[in-house]
Amino acid sequence: MTQRALTALALLTLATPAFAQDTLNALVWCDHTDPALIAPFEEKYNVKVNLKEFEGTAAGLAILDQSQPGDWDVMVIDSVDVHRAVEAGKLAELPADKLPTADFFPELVMADNNTVDGKTYAVTEKFGYNTTSYDKTKVDPADMEDMAALTSGKYDGKIGIYDYYLPVLGLVALGQGINTADVNADTLPKLQEPLMALRKASKQVSDVVSSQTALATGDVDIIVGGGEWLTAVLAKDNPNLDWTIPKQGGLRWSQSIGVVAGTAKPDLALEFVQYIVSPEGQAALAQSSCYWGMPANQKAGDLLSAEAKAVLRWDQQPDYLKRSQLYPIPDAATDTAMQDMWTAMLNQ
Amino acid sequence: MSLASQERTLARGLVAPAVLWTLAFFVVPFLAMLALSFAHMEGRKIVQGFDPGNYLRAFGDWSQLKALINSVEITLTVTVISVLLAWPLAAIIAWRVPQRFQRLALLLAVLPFWTSYVVRSYSWLLVLGKNGVINQALMGLGIVAEPLALASTRTATVIGFVHFFVMLLTLTIYANLVQLSPNYARAAQDLGAGRWATFAHVILPLTLPGVITGAFVTFVLCIGDYITPQILGGNTELTLPQLIMLQMGRSGNFPMASALSVILMAVVSLAYAGCSRWLRLDRV
Repeated sequence: MTQRALTALALLTLATPAFAQDTLNALVWCDHTDPALIAPFEEKYNVKVNLKEFEGTAAGLAILDQSQPGDWDVMVIDSVDVHRAVEAGKLAELPADKLPTADFFPELVMADNNTVDGKTYAVTEKFGYNTTSYDKTKVDPADMEDMAALTSGKYDGKIGIYDYYLPVLGLVALGQGINTADVNADTLPKLQEPLMALRKASKQVSDVVSSQTALATGDVDIIVGGGEWLTAVLAKDNPNLDWTIPKQGGLRWSQSIGVVAGTAKPDLALEFVQYIVSPEGQAALAQSSCYWGMPANQKAGDLLSAEAKAVLRWDQQPDYLKRSQLYPIPDAATDTAMQDMWTAMLNQ
Repeated sequence: MSLASQERTLARGLVAPAVLWTLAFFVVPFLAMLALSFAHMEGRKIVQGFDPGNYLRAFGDWSQLKALINSVEITLTVTVISVLLAWPLAAIIAWRVPQRFQRLALLLAVLPFWTSYVVRSYSWLLVLGKNGVINQALMGLGIVAEPLALASTRTATVIGFVHFFVMLLTLTIYANLVQLSPNYARAAQDLGAGRWATFAHVILPLTLPGVITGAFVTFVLCIGDYITPQILGGNTELTLPQLIMLQMGRSGNFPMASALSVILMAVVSLAYAGCSRWLRLDRV
């Protein structure tokens, strides 16, 4: 009996490594939680990807601050915040020659953002626009080409604001003729009044899902800060939903992915990053069930259907890229002031 | 060792796990949070110290203070409405429904508990929407010409909360009511009390422990809830838990979030002090 038990234990011990599954811990945004994106990687590398969602760079860096080195392997981050993360020592250098940036839309290589002192720390994976989403049967599409129409009184109570201070304050800045790169402690006070006016004309300030629900159910007709990422997942059932970049311009959001400094699995982490920016990973990420967005890698276009490309406005990208600006990059004090302004707006 | 001494040792031994549990998972974390609330941020760094700045800001900055006021207003409204709805419901189940169907009635009353809280909140958003069931019905009946703005308002938040807490209060009040002997009412009526006087001077005071216990639990759960105001309120105003989440999730300002959490706990403690006389938490 004892011999049989020992034999079974020995067999179990021998068998265990064959079934052992490695894990990869990733700090991500919700679009990375789509199984259609993650499952192929998990299957290929027999690895379990543990995903933790976070909101905003400050929160992501705070999570890393409170973790031990090696707790996290990869991280998704606003491309404009890569320098912040590098300065905080949170990202590891990536081998630039192993990334397919030659296949990217040139504007999305974003070397100024993803590299520091000539070293690459992150790679752009997805982008899109924070502009104006609307129901074209409920509003005059011509009005949506001018941000001033939003606070003209015509659409009072029919507007929703996307609850993220950076892009919306960036849009308000563009509406005031201030470039997003010039949003700082001096120019920020000029945004207070137009932001409050926008809030006064709005019915709600809501997150991604609530914004989508409100637009789809007709609770609001316009979402300020919306774009293809908001309307694309609804496009099939709601062909009336549209988005545009008004004459004042729009904001271009872009997210990058990098390997977290101190990871115990640098090779696997790099494999994950490479998978995400491969045409296959990019096509899946572009059509994530959480939100859609343009892939940084142009070769993903070969794997996207004509319908998907139409929803993403693939052919209009050269014009859109020209007319859009990056998110504001505030210093710490301005960032705090922007958040305080946002909180005051919410509790107006 | 004497028998009394042995019993004391045994009693201490039996209580020790609960005391250790409370120390490890309440007292120590609370003290850590209290200490953190007096720290401040320098860039992304938390600087420990004794800085009352977070508390001064919580009460001195109108947008922060308003979140506390909003939370208290919403919570009091929800508690009062829930009690007013739950008491008659519990009374009907306890006194009017035949005993063999009471369990079924209670089961039906708590059925909505079986759905996910988040799903239930989003469902309310659809029900209260411009094209939702309520507005469609009101317009179909010709009661209103234009849809009412119900979703993304404080009203929506209150409705979502009341739906949840009426169930909870019904249980605590029912537990109280079924223990009341009908002889109390009979004795009052024998002594000449009318139905209203019997209710106001005999029945209601006797059910106060159940009502206050349910109301206290409602208060605690409601004032600390983040999901319902976030989904149904449409961020048209902030409550204290939403503000705490903003400080943690967006600003990474843990000292400020800690200070706001301590204030939240202080409000709950005040509520406890206010109703401790009638509280019977063993009824929950």
